[in-house]
Amino acid sequence: MANTATASTAPAHTAVSGNRKWAIGFISAVAFFFILNKFLLPQATTPVQQFFNNWFSLTSMAEIMIWIVMALGLNIIVGYAGLLDLGYVAFWALGGYVAGWLMSPFFSSLQLNFFGNARPGFEFGIHFHVFLVLILGGVFTAIWGVIIGGPTLRLKSDYLALVTLGFGEIIPQFMLNGADIAGHNVTNGAQGIGGLDDVNLFGYVIGTFALPEKFLMVSLLAGAMIFFSIRLRDGRLGRAWLAIREDELAASMMGVPLWRTKFSSYAIGAVGGGIGGVGFAILVGGVYADRFNFVISIIILAMVVMGGMGNVWGVVVGATTLAWINSIGLVQVGDLVNNTFGTKINFPSYQFLLFGLLLVLMMLFRREGFIPEARIRMVMNEDKIGDEEKVSDETKIASN
Amino acid sequence: MSLDGRAVLDAQDIRVEFGGLVAVDDVSFTIPEGSIVSLIGPNGAGKTTFFNVLTGLYQPTSGAVIFDNVEITGDPVHDIASGGLARTFQNIRLFGLMTAQENVMVAMHSKMNAGVFATIFRTKKQRAEEAEARRFAQELLDYVGIGEVTNEYARNLSYGDQRRLEVARALALRPKVLLLDEPTAGMNPNESAAFVQFVRKLKADKGISILLIEHDMSVVMQVSERITVLDQGQKIAEGSPAEIKSNPRVIEAYLGKSGSEASK
Repeated sequence: MANTATASTAPAHTAVSGNRKWAIGFISAVAFFFILNKFLLPQATTPVQQFFNNWFSLTSMAEIMIWIVMALGLNIIVGYAGLLDLGYVAFWALGGYVAGWLMSPFFSSLQLNFFGNARPGFEFGIHFHVFLVLILGGVFTAIWGVIIGGPTLRLKSDYLALVTLGFGEIIPQFMLNGADIAGHNVTNGAQGIGGLDDVNLFGYVIGTFALPEKFLMVSLLAGAMIFFSIRLRDGRLGRAWLAIREDELAASMMGVPLWRTKFSSYAIGAVGGGIGGVGFAILVGGVYADRFNFVISIIILAMVVMGGMGNVWGVVVGATTLAWINSIGLVQVGDLVNNTFGTKINFPSYQFLLFGLLLVLMMLFRREGFIPEARIRMVMNEDKIGDEEKVSDETKIASN
Repeated sequence: MSLDGRAVLDAQDIRVEFGGLVAVDDVSFTIPEGSIVSLIGPNGAGKTTFFNVLTGLYQPTSGAVIFDNVEITGDPVHDIASGGLARTFQNIRLFGLMTAQENVMVAMHSKMNAGVFATIFRTKKQRAEEAEARRFAQELLDYVGIGEVTNEYARNLSYGDQRRLEVARALALRPKVLLLDEPTAGMNPNESAAFVQFVRKLKADKGISILLIEHDMSVVMQVSERITVLDQGQKIAEGSPAEIKSNPRVIEAYLGKSGSEASK
């Protein structure tokens, strides 16, 4: 009862009061954590250092940025076009291996250096510049999006979910067992590919342990992904995606080619997975097949759904929240509770219970997500800034 | 036949079978250019099925649909639509979580070109295209009389406004033929009368040919230049409103044989 009421009567203009405010918030948060960790914390007292390391460790913050990239990529498929993809982890894996292949000494019989930054003594292998790897990672996953999506997007949505589920299993399994493909070592199997090159940005080398810089770098990726998502959403293609999500039949009868449009969302959404995969590989300095399991697909999907399907900033909030809970939140809150009450509950082991509970509660009471999709057109029209203000005010009142 | 002029839409011997059931039985039908024609018939007569054949949703078992001198039988739905055969839906099918303006702009999809990169980087051409699309959408919304709800979500509009928005969206395809599926369903007599005026205006202003499926006989009789009557998948009559009114087979189809079962 509560669910239907919220879903149907929720005012359209809720919560989001313009992209600009959110963008400023995002940039401020990134700048805060960078400056904090780069300049302030090293001089801080031990308790302060401990507090931030426990609750907001930079490693986790950087990983959150990767999750944002992933969730936004999936958001293009699930949130915009309304296609259920249960195997998104495949694209993460593919992107990761592109980084593994193209910027490490792994293919030791080759020696190919294209503006790369090979470590001294490891000049063999393939060493491409990080920008090129990001682009190639995106292109490679887009191609795989095409290969997977091409035949399956003609299926009805439930079947699409099943096929993507299959690919989400097949591709990581291939990576896990790819140490001997007809005598060639393609993926190095369970050991994965380690020792990735350090990133060299215009002569500035980001060392393996330069966490603040790495954080800044993946934040830039997330920022770019946010920007792309918003721009795409507000264009011709974004409208067609949403129209398909809203009513497939009506969309096709308004001249929107269904297959092509779904296809583009799938391929472009895959790029997010690819870029996230490259970013993650650089972050951890390698790519390891056993990380890419089905649960990841579900977590990313949960981020999109909880954040508010289709709304970029909602998904960012959803990804941040869930990723934080996953990596440190649950452990820290658990410790806090155990220390305060003298209990011995193993909180992280209840992760999925909590997850399931959260999902059920969301579906019952807030189906549209933390921050439901609600965009304000005026933000687009620079000549109507005045109207934007008006709507923002309305919005503040509307959002509880 | 009472109307001359080139047929902008010509359906020839359309037959649709679902398994053993013949839903549409060799029906031929034309829409002369710049005319308002209606398709009527009791429930289950095959009107909607026929309609779906015209718009490409169903593949006819046999027969051909010629639109603007080109055969479109079997073409993809979206090609037929962007070719200028637009429709509205009996049970309104708007894109609820998109604004009125966006709803209209979706229908311009096929006439626009911006690709992924142009959209992301907002090239000059893309911005010009968007601005023009927005302007045209506003023009259409004004034309159907809901210009003030441009930025409202479609699902928040009143029923009447939603009907109007459907027409505006269909017009964004720059159609040659507009198919209206029971457009006055749920309207009160005043609204229906206003709708009759609107359809006439539409034809006069834009030179669009209009096909109406309608239950409200007063609307049909007022607005149509020609009426085709379907019953049990067959065309049982065709002619001017006056001819149809006095056609015994039509009366029989609607009221039953020799008036034994009087219905509304």
